[in-house]
Amino acid sequence: MLEQIGSMIFQTDFVFSIFRITAPILFAALAAVVAEKAGVTNIGLEGIMLFCALFGTLFAYWTQNWFIGVCSAVVVGVFFALLIGFFALQLNTDIILAGIAVNTMSSGGTIFLLYMFTGERGNTAALTSSKLLIPTVEIPILNKIPILGDILSGHAVLTYVAFIMVFLVWILLYKTAIGLKIRAVGENEHAAESVGVNVRFIKYIALAISGVFCGLGGAFMSMYYSQSFNTGIIAGRGFIALAAQAMGQGEPVGAMFSSLLFGFAQALRTKVSGIQGVSSNLISAMPYLVTIIGMVIYAASTMRKVKRRNADKEKNQ
Amino acid sequence: MSNNEYVVQMKGIEKVYSNGVAANQGVDFFVKRGEIHALMGENGAGKSTLMKMLFGMEQPTSGEIIVNGEKVTLTSPTVAISKGIGMVHQHFMLVPSLTVAENMVLGMEPKKGMFIDYKKAVEITEEYAKRFNLHVDANAKVIDIPVGMKQKVEILKALVRGAKILILDEPTAVLTTQETTELFKELIHLKEQGFTIIFISHKLKEIKQITDRLTIMRNGKSMGVYETKDISEQEISRLMVGRDVILTVEKEKAEPSDVVLKVRDLEYTDSWNRKMLDKMSFSVRKGEILGVAGVEGNGQRELVDMLFNLNVPDAGTITVNGQNVIGTPQRKIREMGVSLIPEDRMTYGIASSGSIEENVISDRFDKKKFNKGPLFDMNAIHAESEQLIADYKVLCKNYKQQVGMLSGGNIQKVVVAREFSCNPKLIIADQPTRGIDVGATEFIRKKLVELSREGVAVLLVSADLNEVMELSDSLVVFYNGKIAAYFEDTSVLNDEMMGEYMLGLKKQSDEEIRRVCHE
Repeated sequence: MLEQIGSMIFQTDFVFSIFRITAPILFAALAAVVAEKAGVTNIGLEGIMLFCALFGTLFAYWTQNWFIGVCSAVVVGVFFALLIGFFALQLNTDIILAGIAVNTMSSGGTIFLLYMFTGERGNTAALTSSKLLIPTVEIPILNKIPILGDILSGHAVLTYVAFIMVFLVWILLYKTAIGLKIRAVGENEHAAESVGVNVRFIKYIALAISGVFCGLGGAFMSMYYSQSFNTGIIAGRGFIALAAQAMGQGEPVGAMFSSLLFGFAQALRTKVSGIQGVSSNLISAMPYLVTIIGMVIYAASTMRKVKRRNADKEKNQ
Repeated sequence: MSNNEYVVQMKGIEKVYSNGVAANQGVDFFVKRGEIHALMGENGAGKSTLMKMLFGMEQPTSGEIIVNGEKVTLTSPTVAISKGIGMVHQHFMLVPSLTVAENMVLGMEPKKGMFIDYKKAVEITEEYAKRFNLHVDANAKVIDIPVGMKQKVEILKALVRGAKILILDEPTAVLTTQETTELFKELIHLKEQGFTIIFISHKLKEIKQITDRLTIMRNGKSMGVYETKDISEQEISRLMVGRDVILTVEKEKAEPSDVVLKVRDLEYTDSWNRKMLDKMSFSVRKGEILGVAGVEGNGQRELVDMLFNLNVPDAGTITVNGQNVIGTPQRKIREMGVSLIPEDRMTYGIASSGSIEENVISDRFDKKKFNKGPLFDMNAIHAESEQLIADYKVLCKNYKQQVGMLSGGNIQKVVVAREFSCNPKLIIADQPTRGIDVGATEFIRKKLVELSREGVAVLLVSADLNEVMELSDSLVVFYNGKIAAYFEDTSVLNDEMMGEYMLGLKKQSDEEIRRVCHE
């Protein structure tokens, strides 16, 4: 059986699928990274993405244009992220509860809105056509290279965007004034406040940025990955992203690697579940098992780091 | 006009907090341009409040503030900064994972196009560091630099924002001796360049060393302004420490017998690497109230925490009637007959959302008396609560009332009711009457005396000089984590003597201090 799995892993279509599966998790993980850097825990990623997935397909259908669909999903994402911000920052509700509220609202709310707008029940399969999906791109030259071309070329536009975003988020956080303020606010808001930084405004900005990524992630799911909207479409990716954020030590690049790990686990699950004699229940637990193992490794490494830091300090004194 | 001479004039400043505490009562505070001016006073004298108003963190109830000859309304730190006032807080306002340069420019980042010009930030930091002789490592992360450098970063932060007047809130409290010496050099350097420095402290030696003039505060009032060179340390201590009204408590003479609490060679170094307890030894006997006096931060809090196993000493022993306390669970400590009135009553004294009843039975709900099989005997619990409310005169609707809704004095009475009624052998009373009304204060003091005369050993830690001098039968003074003096009989004491020991001007011989061990 191991041989079977081995031979699957070393096929280009398997590696290709890792990137496809990783992209939406990565979007959500970046959303978590930016919010968490500003000290706001956006636990509503899951729900926001679901709303975005719905409105992405709907707007694409109404305008018959996939690009407007994606943009609308982004706007909707920002709206819901700011809504959480409004409750948490303006009205002083617990941000976790505000996030849970959005998650809960999304599962019923999307069905309701879908029916209200289109009369469809549960999914949008009847509304979409292939031209309303996010297109894939063949990268010239690269697609001629054997193996590498098969793996890296032919992905959806947003898959590339997801990986480019890792770099852009890093630039944002570490090379711009707003990024410096976001990091300062997240770590010691009194310090930021004492030098005249508008703490609440910065938190809104961070939430809005995380909304943008939710929008892209949601649109990716309904307009490419599943090719239509249904209410189970996000399937825990918002929560896995929170784990990826933590496992990646809150850094964009770290979050990318942990997202890839989840992507790998999920891709493996899809493959292995086809093999005879393997318990499918056990296999479907795999991505979550990877989450747990990842968190354990992360916790152990942080503890070691803290210890080393303390030891260094003592030496200095 | 005096405008040229004085850069800060605070006139007739009153500050009354919403809970009725008058922290400043008609304070005048004048600072000359280019001087180092000390603001002195014990904890709670109102010096921090005064400075918070000068830095715009709080607004005065009445009075006026004039900066550089211009009457100002300082509504926020940002406004104060724009008037050239900078403050270095006791707890640093730095972001640990950012570099020194990033902390410096936060909120005023130099930019190159869309991006931060980090190179420029480093340049600015190094330029200021050089100009003011405050050496910092611009590229190091704040989390990795020592405390002394963090303080320099704070000073530079204020300077880079254009501060001409620097307020330093107890800057030496977190520094080692070398770092302090270095800081003083830097401050004098700043003074030479025309900066004005306000230096909050209660350390006499430092004040004498670097300040030009000083203002002393006591109980929310100014005790006057003095030229540092013209006033003796004794004089300062007399003005700083003292009572406006002398309170007397009637009590019979104590007849102390066996030792109950025995503390030997206790040592503790805190996370700032400061020695908070240094070979401390003393005993408290049955039937006496031993007072602990001292300026706050000289080891009192650390000691109390250790007596109730809320912290663990580096070395030494603590026993109650021969039983070890260190590392013993609080429940066991209570079973030994130890009661605690904690300083922070809202955190350690009560559960504020619980009812009075729940709070008073929280140490005894598992007793047979209050249980019927697996369930509580609610009648017994109600009866106990009602009894305690009556005995301790807790002003409330009934035992179901939420404790957090009561007044400070009544909350403390709830704590006291529980702690005094559990048949204690040793009571540790940490600031038992701080911030509560006169009626409750008197009641609690009477109860303490009453219990001690019935044979309970009492350790009374208090920053209230009246309380600790009048209530205690004998008394120790803490200074720098050590006992500076032991007085077997408090009736011979006066404020002046106390001040000298509390501020470290005097220290008894080891033999005299050793007497408190009663061996």
